[in-house]
Amino acid sequence: MKTKRIDKTFEELKQKKEKALVGFLSAGDPDLNTSLKIIESMCAAGLDIIELGIPFSDPTADGPVIQRSSARALKKGITIKTVLEMTRKIRTYSDIPIILFSYYNPIHSYGAKAFYNDSVSSGADGVLVVDLPPEESDEMTSKWPGNELALIRLIAPTTPIERMKKIAQESSGFLYLVSKTGVTGSAGLDTQEVTVNSRLLGSITNLPICVGFGISEPEDVRKIAPDVDGIVVGSAFERIIEENLNNPNLDQILGEKVSKLKAATKL
Amino acid sequence: MNSLINKESLTDGFAPLKTIACPDSNGHFGIYGGRYVGETLMPAILELEEAYNRITPQEKFKKELNDLLELYTGRPTPLFHAKRLSEHLKGASIYLKREDLAHTGAHKINNTLGQALLAKWMGKKKVIAETGAGQHGVATATAAALFGMECKIFMGTEDIKRQAPNVLRMELLGAQVVPVESGTGTLKDAMNEAMRYWVGAVVDTFYIIGSVAGPHPYPMMVRDFQKIIGIEARKQIMDLAGRLPDLLIACVGGGSNAMGLFFPFIDDPVEMTGVEAAGKGISSGKHAATLGEGSVGVLHGSKSYVLQDKNGQIIEAHSISAGLDYPGVGPEHALFKDIKRANYVSIDDNQALDAFKKLCMLEGIIPALESSHAIAYAMQQAPRMNKDSIIIVNLSGRGDKDLGIVSTIFK
Repeated sequence: MKTKRIDKTFEELKQKKEKALVGFLSAGDPDLNTSLKIIESMCAAGLDIIELGIPFSDPTADGPVIQRSSARALKKGITIKTVLEMTRKIRTYSDIPIILFSYYNPIHSYGAKAFYNDSVSSGADGVLVVDLPPEESDEMTSKWPGNELALIRLIAPTTPIERMKKIAQESSGFLYLVSKTGVTGSAGLDTQEVTVNSRLLGSITNLPICVGFGISEPEDVRKIAPDVDGIVVGSAFERIIEENLNNPNLDQILGEKVSKLKAATKL
Repeated sequence: MNSLINKESLTDGFAPLKTIACPDSNGHFGIYGGRYVGETLMPAILELEEAYNRITPQEKFKKELNDLLELYTGRPTPLFHAKRLSEHLKGASIYLKREDLAHTGAHKINNTLGQALLAKWMGKKKVIAETGAGQHGVATATAAALFGMECKIFMGTEDIKRQAPNVLRMELLGAQVVPVESGTGTLKDAMNEAMRYWVGAVVDTFYIIGSVAGPHPYPMMVRDFQKIIGIEARKQIMDLAGRLPDLLIACVGGGSNAMGLFFPFIDDPVEMTGVEAAGKGISSGKHAATLGEGSVGVLHGSKSYVLQDKNGQIIEAHSISAGLDYPGVGPEHALFKDIKRANYVSIDDNQALDAFKKLCMLEGIIPALESSHAIAYAMQQAPRMNKDSIIIVNLSGRGDKDLGIVSTIFK
C-alpha cells in the first residue's frame, strides 16, 4: 500500500529524533471557515499528522467532548463531501498526512468505492473507521479500486497478543494504540500501562505506533513519547474549541496548544 | 452453536430457509448482522460468543435456566383464546400469548435470566443494560437482584418521564438508573450510553442487551433465549385447536418478542407479521417504521435497516410507545423482510390507543402500548379472514407502566 506522505513523515521525524504529534479535530467544528483557520494555524505550529473527524449522529466510541463537537459540526451541515473539500484546501498549502476518521455508517451510505476515489483525489492519506474491526472491513476494502489509502487500525488494551499480530499484519501507515479501556477523552491516563502496551506492540510490528485517548497535557506527552512513534490528541483540542466558541483568536489559541505539545515530542 | 435451519422442504409460498445458516459463523444473517464495534469491545464479544457456545448447551445450564423459567418466571405463559374480541371482530379466532403474565410483566425476563445466568457462569458480577420502556431494565434489575449482581440501567430522560413506574421498580430492585440526556433521551440514546460505559468497564462487566440487536452474538443469543415464546405457543395451539395458526402477529421495535414468537414457526406454513410503530403517521416523518421506511445501514454494532438521512446520519424515531421508539431493528428481521419470510406493517399512535382500550373493555386485559400495536393490526386483519382462521398475537407485556400516558390522553 502506498502511504508515501505518512511514511515520509515518520522517516523525517526519526532523523530529527522527534515523535509525531497527531491532532484530531471534528471537521467543521465550530463552523467550516473557523475549522479551516484552526487547521492552518495548527499546521503552522508544527502539527505532524491531522485526523479529520467526519461527524456522526451516534458516536458510541466517543466521550462527551467529542460527542458535542460532532453534534456542532452536524448542525453546520458538515458531510463527507464537506470534509473532502476541506482536505483539498489543506492540500493547497501543506503536505501533512491527512487521516479521515469516521464511523462506518456515513461511509456505507456514501459508498465504499466512491469514498475511496474521492478521498484519494482530494489528497487524503488514510482512513480510520472506528467501528469497523478486521472481521468486517473486507466489505469496505474489497470495493476499493486501488491501494493509495491506508487503513489505520486500532489496537486496544483488551486486544490479546495473537490478535495484535493479525491486525498489525493487515495494517499500513501506522497503528493506533488506544491508551486505556474507555471512550475518547476519558480521565485517568496510566502512562505506565501505556508504556507496557506500546512496548509489547512494538515487539511484534515494524509499523509506527501512535497512542491516543485521554492525552491532553505536555507532561503526558513527555512521559509516553520515548516508547512510541506518535501521540494523538483530540478531546483536549475540542475542549478548547468548546470553551472559546466566540473567541476571534481561537485559531491562535489552538496553535499555541500545538506548539506546547509539539515541544514535548522532541526527545 | 450456530442454529442452522435445516428442515425439510417448505410449503409453497414461503421462501426456502433451509439453506440459510442463521447466523453464519461471523454472525451474519445474509448481508445483515455482523460485529461493527470498536477494537476495545471486540475481544469481549468474541469471549461472549465462545462462552455462549460452550456454556448454554450444557445440561446443567439448561436445567438451571429451565427451572428459573418455570418456578420464578411462571412459564409456560398461557395461550388465551380472546373470544369476546374475536366475536366482536367477526372473523378469525384471536389467541393471545400471555407474556404479560410472566414475572415482571413482559417477555423481557426470558432473555435477562438467560444472559444473567450466562454472566454468572462466566464469573461476571456486574451487569449493565439499556432500556426504553423500562421493561428490559426492570427484567435486568430483577435478574441482577436474584443473582446478587451489581446493576446499572441506562435510560433516556424522556423515557424516565413517560415510564416513571418502571424507574421506581428498578430502583427498588437495587439497580442504579443512569439518566441519558443526549439526543431525544430515548432508547437509541440509552443504548449509545450503555455502549460507551461498556467500553470503559468491559473487563468485568456483562452487557445484557434487551433486543435481537447489537453485535453478534447478541441477535442470535437473545433470539435463542426468547424462542421459548414460540415453542410454547406452537405446542399450545396444537393442543387447543389441533392445528397450526394461519398468522402470527407481534410488535417490532428492536424485535425480540416478535423473533421469539416467529422463530420456532420458521419452517411451518404460517404467515408472520411484525408491526412497527407509525407514530404520528408515516407521512408526518415522526414514526419508528424502520423496516417499512428505512434503508440498509450500521447502528449499534450490526448491519440492518435503520432510519437515516442521505448522509448516513441516524434519524430520531417517534412512537407513543417507548419500547418501539427506536430507529434500528434486529438484523434477522431485516433478512426475513428481504426474503419475504415475514411481512412488516405499521400502526400509528391513535390506532394503538384504540386497541389498548378495546382489549381492556372486551377481555379485561390491560396491554402494554407496545403490544397494543400488535393487537391493533390483529383487529384490522381478523375481520378479513374467515371464522376458521387462527391468529396468534404476542401480548408481549402488561400496560400498568403506561397508565400515566394513557390517563392524560383519555381524559
